[in-house]
Parts: sequence; structure tokens; C-alpha cells
Amino acid sequence: MGKKILMKGCEAIGEAAIRAGCKHYFAYPITPQTEVAEYLARRMPEVGGVFLQAESEVAASNMLFGAAGAGVRVFTSSSSPGISLMSEAISYIAAAELPVVFINIVRSGPGLGGILPAQSDYFQATKGGGHGDYRLLVLAPSSVQEAVDLVMTAFTLADRYRNPIMIIGDGMIGQMMEPVEFHDELASEPPEKSGWATVGCKGRDPVIVKTLYLDPVACHKHNVKLKEKADRMVANEVRGERYNCEGDYRLLLVSYGTMARVCKTAIDELKEQGIEVGMYRPISLFPFPILPIRQEANRPHVQAVLSVELSMGQMVEDVERAVLGARPVHFYGMAGGLVPTPDDVTRAIRELL
Amino acid sequence: MFTVFTRPEAMKDNHTHYCPGCTHGIIHRLVAEAIDELGLRERTVGIAPVGCSVLAYNYFNCDFQEAAHGRAPAFATGIKRVRPDLVVFTYQGDGDLASIGTNEILHSANRGEKFTTIFVNNAVYGMTGGQMAPTTMPNQVTTTTPTGRNVKEVGYPIRVSEMLATLRTPAYVARVAVHRPHYVVQAKKAILKAFRYQVANRCFSFVEVLSTCPTNWGKSPKEACDWLEQNMIPYYPLGEHKLPDRDEP
Amino acid sequence: MQDEVQFAGFGGQGIMLIGKLLAHSAMHEGREVCWLPSYGPEMRGGTAYCTVVLADRPIGSPVISNPRYLVVMNRPSLEKFGPMVKTQGAVVINSSLIPISIDRTDIDVLRIPCNDIAVELGDNRVASMVALGALLGYRTLVDLEGIKELVKETFGKKVKVLNINLLALERGFELGRAFRESRQGGQEEQG
Repeated sequence: MGKKILMKGCEAIGEAAIRAGCKHYFAYPITPQTEVAEYLARRMPEVGGVFLQAESEVAASNMLFGAAGAGVRVFTSSSSPGISLMSEAISYIAAAELPVVFINIVRSGPGLGGILPAQSDYFQATKGGGHGDYRLLVLAPSSVQEAVDLVMTAFTLADRYRNPIMIIGDGMIGQMMEPVEFHDELASEPPEKSGWATVGCKGRDPVIVKTLYLDPVACHKHNVKLKEKADRMVANEVRGERYNCEGDYRLLLVSYGTMARVCKTAIDELKEQGIEVGMYRPISLFPFPILPIRQEANRPHVQAVLSVELSMGQMVEDVERAVLGARPVHFYGMAGGLVPTPDDVTRAIRELL
Repeated sequence: MFTVFTRPEAMKDNHTHYCPGCTHGIIHRLVAEAIDELGLRERTVGIAPVGCSVLAYNYFNCDFQEAAHGRAPAFATGIKRVRPDLVVFTYQGDGDLASIGTNEILHSANRGEKFTTIFVNNAVYGMTGGQMAPTTMPNQVTTTTPTGRNVKEVGYPIRVSEMLATLRTPAYVARVAVHRPHYVVQAKKAILKAFRYQVANRCFSFVEVLSTCPTNWGKSPKEACDWLEQNMIPYYPLGEHKLPDRDEP
Repeated sequence: MQDEVQFAGFGGQGIMLIGKLLAHSAMHEGREVCWLPSYGPEMRGGTAYCTVVLADRPIGSPVISNPRYLVVMNRPSLEKFGPMVKTQGAVVINSSLIPISIDRTDIDVLRIPCNDIAVELGDNRVASMVALGALLGYRTLVDLEGIKELVKETFGKKVKVLNINLLALERGFELGRAFRESRQGGQEEQG
């Protein structure tokens, strides 16, 4: 456990990756997360690591693919349009079962959109992005400290599942400065990779990292294997936080990332006025915390559920899946880089009560 | 009794899926011989493209990765940067390298990445069944240029070796052919040289190999060799287009 | 207990720096802090601003639309953010560059000639330090000595630059404190 230092989210993410034993970073600059690249351009040489500015996100993600196939810890960071370009490689990396960590500091879309905070890549991160039957394990921090902790966890999970992991944060997570502590002991040792990594075939048969399965039976089996892996994630990796859920609250909010922090302030303000509102904050977006949210929504005093997002309504579909019609599910959100204030959220809540 | 001819250790004992008369088999063998002669097999990683040679890992007897379409040079960059002790080569066709993957090959060459690229140019898309490639000759008939490549509409064939040779970054760039025995001898020399430059950590090395595709050209293997000689070599001159020692000011 | 401060001005006026100094210093005093900048095109020549939240418990929203305190170094910033300050709050106005004031009686208005003082001290660039000093003299959000230590770390061996920055902080601080004392005096008289 180190001492507290004040760091910008992007720089803290870069440092966390190094502390997690990741010495290899390939990326292409894009606002609002270019500071990760700028930080690592300085830091990687200091720790004997590799920093390379690729010619595009397409190239960067395929450099990761090759390097991960050679058995080293790798990661990249980008923002929404860049992640779209990387989605091809993400599908392949999931198919090839390689551990890679992707950071998406989300800006508003679609298209070029804007550079201000948004959560409009929820579908892309949790439902696909790339082609084919694969799943990303998606983690969403709501503070710089949590971003640091989740980056370190992400490398452990990437190794455990041999699967790409995505950390998704809105622009504020990347841009704001908060005190952080680095818990070095969180980083696990990378597992033995000699069985599947392309490191030269001395003393064994050649290893092939591939995603082509021309035989439909073999391809089906491969898909079943990936599905079983996703099922293990669903069983073991649900993460979330309850806020003000102890008492007989009347409305359940579901919100993640920075938006959840705005909701907390709104909940505190309403509490002072005698109105009790609870919140469930998903930290893992995939696997989505279906059961905890269902459990909260079904408590007798809960009248309705409200999904609050920096989007036009994406996570709300998973909230509906969790609540299964037991309570009305409402949505409140803004897109384009606008961030609702606690007062905005309070008003949305009052309209429902 | 003694052995006069045998399979290189860097090749597996598998039948290839390539069409009769295709020169991929010869090129595979030349690469495998070079790997063996330099004693590199146990620390070599090959990168297969998307295209006819996507299954190259079924024939080469070394570690392999299969890239996304056009991205083999990015893979090679990733591997070589994190494991400079490995010997890395990409094996790419003209659709993979000269069309969808131009960005990756250009920038890898320009960064001077220390890997080797074997670029097989047969002037047509083979695996998808004979469509126009960026290297398809003027007036050449393909399934997507049924009246011949019209250079006024789609431009002239790209001379990749010449294009890469213009880069200021030192590199080894050569174009060879394998449709006659004496060309094969020259091709072998160029491929060996390319791997030597990599082993010496000298520069990016690139060997373009003119290749035949009798199936999609609609010719017999012999006609295909003659067609390559008469049509491709005048447009794609053989030889060393760039040497790392021949630095420009 | 939570305090929010917004700093705003032209890019290059040292807005981000004084915000970071405040955040850093509060962190060293053991408080929760969050520094959130404006980013993107606004960084290039337009209005630059940052908000600093200081609190005694984990900070909820980092987005502050109504700060308790505002420090403005140019006129567009006053016009844009002046109306947003919370009732009972305060605004520090750089009167060297902002000829106008703000028509509000529910907040304290400190008019500090930051650039004039900076020029007098010999370096126009320390105007933002005068403003930060004035804010801290008016309201002890953090200990001035802590800020001074950070300034020493920031400028290190550049003794001349360092000294001018420290003097700027102190000059601002005195003006801020004088304002507060005059206000308290006035209130007592009224009472």
C-alpha cells in the first residue's frame, strides 16, 4: 500500500497497468484519453517496457493481438470511434482466446460525435461491437481509485479467462484528478503460457494461434467453449455496489460510472428532505448484475426502478431484463456530452414519486 | 547410398491445398530452406494472412499466428517489439498486403520493424475466386473486370516494392520470381538475405515474389509461366530495389 | 462539509495550475478532493476552467453546476459563470482585466487587481497566484503554508520565479483577509 497521490484518471490508468506487470502498450491518440499514451511514452522506457504509437487503431489492436499471442501482458486505451476500429481485432482476440486489456474512455457518439463524457458505448461493449458469438468482460469504474483497482483486476481476469477485458469509463474518469493509492499486491503473476504462446517451438510441436475453423463441427465446438467461458464469468464475476438500500426506500436507481456519483449526491439531497431512494451501481456491465438488481427491485417497498445513464437508454434494456416486469422500469438520461446535475436527477425522481 | 533431396525440417509432412501449377508450394519451400539453413526454426514465428495461404501454418513446421485480413505486419510488429529474440516473418498475398493491408505494410516498413515479409504477387485474388487485385495487370480479365482492367477507371497496378523503396528508412526490398529454375535460385538468395538482415537486427526486409495462378488466370501451368514472363516481368522488374547500406543522404 | 471552487479564465492564465495546487494541498490535509478540468477545444485559446471539490467524505458528483466559490480571470468567464455561484458564496474578480462587476447582493464580490499586482511584482504570469491567495485569505479552504510548500516543490531551484510566486500568494492573501475582516466588521456594526 502506497501513499496517496493526486493523479489524472488517464495517467493513473497507465501507472496501474505498469504496476500490474504490463510493460507493453500499443495505441493511437484520441481525445479524451491521449494522456494515457503521453504518460506511457515517458514511463515505459523507465521500466524497460514497450511504447509504440501505431499508425491507426486498426494497427494498434492487431499489434496487441500479435504480442498477446507471443505470451506477454499487453493493453491499449482508446475512445469510442477508436474502439469501433479495434472491434475487428477484439472479435479475433476473443476467438483466439488471448488475454488483452482494452480501456475505452467513452466520448459521445454516434459518428465523430463529441469529446465530452458519455456512456453511449454500453451496447458496443456488452453486446458485441465485433462480429460473432463472444463476450467481453466489461468493468466500469466510478472514481480514479476504482479505475486503478479495476485495471489491475482486469489483467488478472484476462489471464484467468484468456479473454479480452474492457474497462469502460466516461470522459470524466479519464480527465479528472483524484487521490489514488496503488495496491501492488493486487497484481497476480501471469500464468504459465508456454503451452499456447508462440515463443518458438524448441522442444515441442509448433503452436498455432488461429481463429479459422472451416469445419462447422469444430467451429460449433469452439463457440460452445466460448459460451461456457462466458457462463463462468456470469457465475463468478458479477460486481456491484448498493447505496442507501438498507431502509424502506421507494425507488431503486440503477446507474454506473460517473453518473452513479451524481445519483449519490441526488440521493443524499433527497434523504435530507425525507425521501428515501436506493441505488444499485453495476461495476461489471458484463456480466450484468441481474440477480442483485432483481432482488432489490422485488423488495415490497420499492415502487419503481429508474435507470440513469449518459445515453439515450442502453443499460435500461438490461435493467428490464433483471426486473422482469415485477416493477415499472423508467429511464432518465442525457447524451452528447451533457451530464445531468444532482438537481436534474432529483427532478426526474420526484416525477416518479 | 546418400540423400540428395529431402523435406526441409521447417516444413511439415502435409499435402498442400494449393492448385496444380500454383507456385505457393515453391515459395513455402524456399522460406523453409532459408529458416533451416540459418538454424532459426525453433525461434521463428510466422504470420499467416487471409487469402490462399491462410493455412500456411499447416505446412510450416514452426510457431504460427493467423492474422486478421491485411494486419500481418501489425502482428509482426507486436511480436517483434515484445520479443526481439524471436525471428518473425509475414507471408502475404496481394489482396492482403497491397489492398486491405497497405497501411500496415507501409508503416511497418517506415518504422524499420525488424521482421521479414514475403509478398506473393500473382496479380489476382485467388481464394475468393479470381477477382481484381491492386496488382492485376492492365486489361487483365478477372471476375470483377470482365472486360479487362480498365486503368482509366481503377488506376494502374501498384508496384509495392518500388513504393516501399522510396521510404527514407533503411530496408532490404527485392522482387524475384519462381516460374523458371534460374529465377528460383535467385529467389532463394533474396529470401536468405532477407532473413539474414533480420537476424543481424539490421532492417525491415521485404521480398516480393511474382507468382502464377493458373486456375484464376484460366491457363495451363506452362501457359501461366509464359504469361508471367511476358506480361508481369516487364511491368514488375526483378532485382534488389533497396539495400540498407545504400543509404540516401 | 463540502466546498466547491471553480477557476476560470483564458487558456495560459494558470487556471489549471491554481486548481491543482488547491486540490493537492487539500489532499495533503487529509480531505477528499476531485479536480475536473474543461477539456478539448476549450483548452485552445478559449475559456479554460476547472472545478475543485473538497469534502470530508467521499465525493459524489464531480460535476458542479453551482459552485460555492468562483475565481474569474477574464470577462467572458465572469459573464458565463457569475450567475451560477451559490447564494452565500463568493466570487473573486480579476479587476485588472474585468472592468465590470456582477449585479448580485447574495454573494460576496472581491475585486482584486491581480495583473496589476503581478506586474508590480515583476512577472505578469503570477496573476493567478494573487487570485488564489485572495480566495484563501477570504476563506481558509486550506492552510496557506501548505500551498507555499507545493509552490516550492513546483518551482524548485528557480529562486527568482519561486519568490515572486510566493509574494503573489501573500499579497493576494492579505487583500482577501482584509475583505473578510471588513465584511465581519460591517456585519457587527449592522448587528
